[in-house]
Amino acid sequence: MSWSREEMVQQAAAEIRDGMVVNLGIGMPTLVANHVAPSIRVTFQSENGLLGMGPFPYDDEVDPQIINAGKQTVTLLPGGSVFDSAQSFAMLRGGHVDLAILGGLEVNTRGDLANWAVPGKMVTGMGGAMDLAAGARRLIVLQTHNAKDGTSKLRRELTLPVTALRCVSRVITELGVFVPTGNTFVCIQKPDTVTHETIVASTDAPVTFG
Amino acid sequence: MNPTDKVVADVTAAFAAIPGGLKDGARIMAGGFGLSGNAEQCIAEIARLKPKGLTIISNNCGNQGKGLAILLQQRQVAQVICSYIGGNPDLEAQYLSGEIAVELSPQGTLAERIRAGGAGIGGFLTPTGVGTLVANGKETHELDGKTYLLEKPLRADLAIVRAAVGDPDGNLRFYRTSRNFNPLVATAADFTIAEVDRLVGRGELDADDIHLPGIYVDCIFEYTKHDNFIEHRTTRPRQGDPTP
Repeated sequence: MSWSREEMVQQAAAEIRDGMVVNLGIGMPTLVANHVAPSIRVTFQSENGLLGMGPFPYDDEVDPQIINAGKQTVTLLPGGSVFDSAQSFAMLRGGHVDLAILGGLEVNTRGDLANWAVPGKMVTGMGGAMDLAAGARRLIVLQTHNAKDGTSKLRRELTLPVTALRCVSRVITELGVFVPTGNTFVCIQKPDTVTHETIVASTDAPVTFG
Repeated sequence: MNPTDKVVADVTAAFAAIPGGLKDGARIMAGGFGLSGNAEQCIAEIARLKPKGLTIISNNCGNQGKGLAILLQQRQVAQVICSYIGGNPDLEAQYLSGEIAVELSPQGTLAERIRAGGAGIGGFLTPTGVGTLVANGKETHELDGKTYLLEKPLRADLAIVRAAVGDPDGNLRFYRTSRNFNPLVATAADFTIAEVDRLVGRGELDADDIHLPGIYVDCIFEYTKHDNFIEHRTTRPRQGDPTP
């Protein structure tokens, strides 16, 4: 059995250390916030200009002028701060944000990431994805192992437009945790019942097990 | 009236103060992240005045048919410089049909280009976009073993800014995540109009509490009935609330 979405999210949450400043991408990465152990102090950054982002508000607390990068209503925790977009991305590019957890479309063995455009589909724009990928001190990609058509999203070479080069530290999929090391992915953790053969057969790039 | 008083009665008076008026083909910078922190009255006034062939510099150019999307619906826009067009069906449609030229700039690069435009910086080197489609046609530079893209500043004829509080000198305070691109665009245009929820008297904003000095603002008016449209209303239940 491969990991469920919830187990993948838990794997990503386990990467968060006490005291970290973390930026969570839209989609599955957003759910990581729900799985951080209460003993871990973590500060969430949202690239629209918010440090110290809290959970969704109660219905009677909604403030239309407190939103996250996904344009969802959120809250501001005590000690939080707000700032303009240039300051927000200065903080990201300057290496002040410890960790970004983003969704992915493809990652190659050198740690290049594609996650912003699919040829033939409507281009939505990169938003802050390129800045986040190029700027965060450490980047974890949370994605399914294969695309809907069954092709591997862990690849020798990217087929989709690049978001940033050599930026990915780890890829977490339903089949394991993978570290891009240049010519191969090293699988450092996997679900107990998933075999090496299954992982190798599901991956377009060489995989070793460490 | 004090000669430095920048206050006008309403949005129409503010636009009437633009030297030479708002022309066809104007470049307009707008603060806002999606529909958050939009200068709603200024957008409505541009829609009413109907200049054509505009270039809009803004993170999203409206969303869900609202905000700057009204200018798209009226076919007033020739070019958009933005970071994201998802969730904006008007922009998607006109981009696909070739009616509008879209220049995509990564969000942090867009913010810094606007900042540079206001700060007299001729360009800057950023790691964002290296090795991507964004790098096409741009110079790259190697410095200390790292590769950077040369990105150039942006300026506009008009900036429209939304703030929470302003005073007669044009000093502004913003509120929460409505700040976003607003203080940046204010610095990078030949004429800047600020639309504030609350106008206070001179000296009522303490000098230490001012987010944007009034030097960047040419004209200011109060508007108290902003929609503050929510794109995605997300909430959590209180413990003990019945689960839906």
